[in-house]
Amino acid sequence: MGATRTTPAAGEILSPHDLLQMLYYMRLQRAVEDRAVKLYYQGRIPGAYFTGWGHEAIAVGATYALGPQDLVAPMHRDLAAYIMRGISVRRVFAQFLDREGGLTRGRDGNIHMGDPRLGIFPFISHMAASVPVAAGMALACRQRGEARVVLTFFGDGATSTGAWHEGVNFAAVFRLPVVLVLENNQYAYSTPLDHQTACRAFVDKAVGYGIAGVAVDGNDVLAVYEAARGAVAHAREGHGPTLIECRTMRVRGHSEADKFSYVPKALLDEWAARDPIALFERRLQSEGHLTPDADRAMQEGIAAEIEEGLAWAEASPEPAPESVTEGVFAEDEGT
Amino acid sequence: MPELTYLEAIRDGLLEAMHRDPRVFVIGEDIATYGGAFGITRGFLEEFGPERVIDAPLAEAANVGAGIGAAVMGMRPVVELQFADFISDAFTQVVNMAAKFHWRTGCALPLVLRMPYGGDVKGGPFHSGCMEAWFAHTPGLKVVAPAFPEDAKGLLLAAIRDPNPVLFFEHKHLYRYQRAEVPAGEYLTPIGRARIVREGGTLSLFSYGWMLHKCLAAVETAAGEGISAELIDLRSLAPLDRAAILTSARKTGKALVVHEANRTGGVGAEIAALIAEEAFDSLDGPVMRLASEDTPVPHSPVLEAAFQPTIAEIVEAIRSLAAY
Ligand SMILES: Cc1ncc(C[n+]2csc(CCOP(=O)(O)OP(=O)(O)O)c2C)c(N)n1
Repeated sequence: MGATRTTPAAGEILSPHDLLQMLYYMRLQRAVEDRAVKLYYQGRIPGAYFTGWGHEAIAVGATYALGPQDLVAPMHRDLAAYIMRGISVRRVFAQFLDREGGLTRGRDGNIHMGDPRLGIFPFISHMAASVPVAAGMALACRQRGEARVVLTFFGDGATSTGAWHEGVNFAAVFRLPVVLVLENNQYAYSTPLDHQTACRAFVDKAVGYGIAGVAVDGNDVLAVYEAARGAVAHAREGHGPTLIECRTMRVRGHSEADKFSYVPKALLDEWAARDPIALFERRLQSEGHLTPDADRAMQEGIAAEIEEGLAWAEASPEPAPESVTEGVFAEDEGT
Repeated sequence: MPELTYLEAIRDGLLEAMHRDPRVFVIGEDIATYGGAFGITRGFLEEFGPERVIDAPLAEAANVGAGIGAAVMGMRPVVELQFADFISDAFTQVVNMAAKFHWRTGCALPLVLRMPYGGDVKGGPFHSGCMEAWFAHTPGLKVVAPAFPEDAKGLLLAAIRDPNPVLFFEHKHLYRYQRAEVPAGEYLTPIGRARIVREGGTLSLFSYGWMLHKCLAAVETAAGEGISAELIDLRSLAPLDRAAILTSARKTGKALVVHEANRTGGVGAEIAALIAEEAFDSLDGPVMRLASEDTPVPHSPVLEAAFQPTIAEIVEAIRSLAAY
């Protein structure tokens, strides 16, 4: 299953195979991150480490709505988006370990990765900086007559930045084929929503920009998928951006270094009981799609992919110190 | 005198200023309830309340701009950037709005931007930058970068008193690097004044921030080899203490500048040019620079070590300059 990296074109009805694929990607994100957390606590991941624990339905549901030619500009809690669009688990681990085999060859850490050749624009720390860039990617597609859509993710905190507002407005004015996925996990580091925005609902901001907006349960992968599928179709038909507010909760610290004592325990408990993977598993079991055999095969496949990927990453060398000055400028490899 | 870390000294300075002057208030991301990403303002909310300790939205342009607005109204805002790297989001507010304000209006703009900066914290290209030269190049801004706990407090208090926008670069690697005696209460370390950390006669070493400590170690090694280097902590990058730089360069006839920021167009270039222009007749060798490579800050510890000047490289540069 690990080798299959295809997603259905937007508009298709999900087959049982698709449903299992979605579960597979959600579990894969969780498994990679669980393993990475262990590595982090063993001191083997330099720097900070962030997980998308509880965000898997957003990453997978939204990305699954893309067609093969579409583009993505992810953020730090949607690891599955990177993997679904073609970055291997091997290279993810190599990136986390700062190895030569990582996407940035040790130059940048954790989820700051991407590959323009795969249509994945790499994330940077500066929140929402990718939003205007996503608009520009969409503009280029339209200039060239390509019916490609750009999906970009950002957090609730990111929506306060100038870059977010400017990028959304730009995409809106030119009716660009952009899908704006807000991962509203209720906290930006320690900052709760009421210190981030005076709007009652983020989705209301869509009105101000003259674009479509929809709010969904971010822990329901099929709800996210449906919203994203609609937004992708809307964009492809030339109607411009859609803001999709996915409501969830950050159930771990901002990074692994954060003990998040500022989050009320009851809120955590409430959302822990709504774990997106468990919810989807139960649904697939009750509908007969996830048989015990299929379940076991999937779990074993994921475990093998993690082991193989991590071993590959560990075998990848540290970057050579002499290489430190390389790569600042392109030589002749255009895009 | 109490022994404080650099972090505690900054905290102590802020507390002192807020107790002394009701116009002083702090604003920044996660600084109230949480106490700041590094804990500088822990407990401030309880002590001063939400009107003076403000958790701001994730929006540097707004936070810095609001600081400017409040300063114009006679307040003394201290804006905390979570990481100095994020100041790029507020570039217009800093280099156009704040920097040119007094020049245009003749009115004061007492604003302090606290900028946790610098590497050796495994932060990579977006969390470990040294961008002091962007601002030292901009007329109208003062730029300070303490290396020791005592100066961290004294310069912060001076920055808060200063009628101009001051960018206060605090080095993250130094936060818990050492404890040292820090005077209690208010005292001011003058902005624009360098300090001789070690006197010497063979050559002059100019540095600041985290690299100053690497220079200290290198100077000690060199002393063991009979080379007497004079080490100057610049402390203030804008305005630069030109007199102190020239006095030392004229005295020893040899100068080496060491900084963590990229080499090209860095503060070191300005110092080298100053010495070449004003003290050429006293020189017995080329003014040398040691700085980080002209690349973004790499995340990999292996690459970061290769990127930054090392103590061994500083010792080597001292030796070759002494032998020149
Ligand atoms: C422009 C900018 N300012 C500050 C930061 C420091 N910072 C990193 S993550 C974060 C909170 C992000 O919150 P949100 O956008 O809601 O995403 P979440 O982490 O909650 O998924 C902050 C303040 C940053 N990365 N970028």
